[in-house]
Amino acid sequence: MSHAPVDYLLHLADNALVLGQRNAEWCGHGPILEEDLALANHALDHLGQARLLYQHAATLINADAAMAKRFAHLQGARADGAVTEDTLAYFRTTHEFRNFTLLELPHHGPLAGPARADRDFATTTVRNVLYAALMNLWWERLQTSADAQLAGIATKSLKEVRYHLRHAGDWLIRLGDGTDDSHARAQAALNHLMPHTQEFWIGDEAESAAVANGTGVVLAELKPAWDALLDEVLAEATLKRPNESGYVTQGRCGVHSEHMGFLLAEMQSLAREHPQAVW
Amino acid sequence: MDAVRTPSLDAVRAALAHLSDPEIPVVSLAELGILRDVRMGEDGVAEVVITPTYSGCPAMGQIEDDIRAALDGAGLAARVRTQLSPAWTTDWMTAEAREKLHAYGIAPPNGRAAHASDKVVSFARRAATQPVPCPRCGSTHTTETSPFGSTACKALYRCLDCLEPFDLFKPY
Repeated sequence: MSHAPVDYLLHLADNALVLGQRNAEWCGHGPILEEDLALANHALDHLGQARLLYQHAATLINADAAMAKRFAHLQGARADGAVTEDTLAYFRTTHEFRNFTLLELPHHGPLAGPARADRDFATTTVRNVLYAALMNLWWERLQTSADAQLAGIATKSLKEVRYHLRHAGDWLIRLGDGTDDSHARAQAALNHLMPHTQEFWIGDEAESAAVANGTGVVLAELKPAWDALLDEVLAEATLKRPNESGYVTQGRCGVHSEHMGFLLAEMQSLAREHPQAVW
Repeated sequence: MDAVRTPSLDAVRAALAHLSDPEIPVVSLAELGILRDVRMGEDGVAEVVITPTYSGCPAMGQIEDDIRAALDGAGLAARVRTQLSPAWTTDWMTAEAREKLHAYGIAPPNGRAAHASDKVVSFARRAATQPVPCPRCGSTHTTETSPFGSTACKALYRCLDCLEPFDLFKPY
């Protein structure tokens, strides 16, 4: 039976975990109570997807001596030396994470790494639309992955991201087709984030390996359908689609923005301070 | 060496019959569709197969613990397996379970869940979905307060006639 490459699973898992962590920052700070609950629910779905993917990756790593050696330097392993979902989430460093750069950015326009600013709900909404549209198409295709476990996770996750896309899309329409101020902020967020979506389509070694053994998908093939989904919601939201040009980020290859270290520091510090803690 | 006592599958089912989701105590795990199967594994050990509702549902850990405790309490040797596929859907919920939810004040899922063949997402103004009757007065004059509620599987609704706020178990 075929298994997806570990790096492919980590890419999917890191995407879910990092966006889940970002969206969870709204917990207790949502613009309205209902949206606070919605974002916490989204974050929980992403955390659940990440856990399933990390568990699958950990099983594959532990069963392969060469792989186990590659991850042997990570702390936080179980007493028997095996890697767990927690090892992968809490004890890898910035360059070992394979998530899209888009997902680690703060809920704000261009900002220096250590700078602080109020969370901008338009940025949150635009990012959730861009990512959920991709995952709707990606999970749909992964349902027929040659990796049966990954196919199972895809079937489950597809149902969740359909809700996410509908919810975020509804908000984007409300913001874009709302007041002058909400329209301007939604358009600014779109202009800021859109160039980061170029990274979706560039491929990498893990993707090629996954495609070669029938467990993965050529993401570039999904672009026309993604364009159509996005154009539909932007038209309804009366927003103008900006150019997707400029620097192509490479978070999926481990080259991250200056924001990633701060995000990981907040997410990982408790587990690193108390490596044997159980909760 | 004593042979491991192999419990009958009926005994395992009986031991689990009273268990429920901690957030929805009125329906059993089997009625909710979380408890998928009780079967004999290839090695002769009984297997309890469960499937998560939402992948991040925090109740799953509790449910697994409850199952183990119930099996231990009854002195039954069985293992618990989590199975993802086919993915859980509210379409599996029995008619009795829907009736019990209604009596408990939770509106049962309205209509069937979205299927893989459905159009991915529609952003344009959606045609009214199936009406959601108020579990208190039965009026279909109700409105959605929030698509996400106290748990991942529920949405918040409000009855415009009797003013009752209530949960809808989302079709999923």
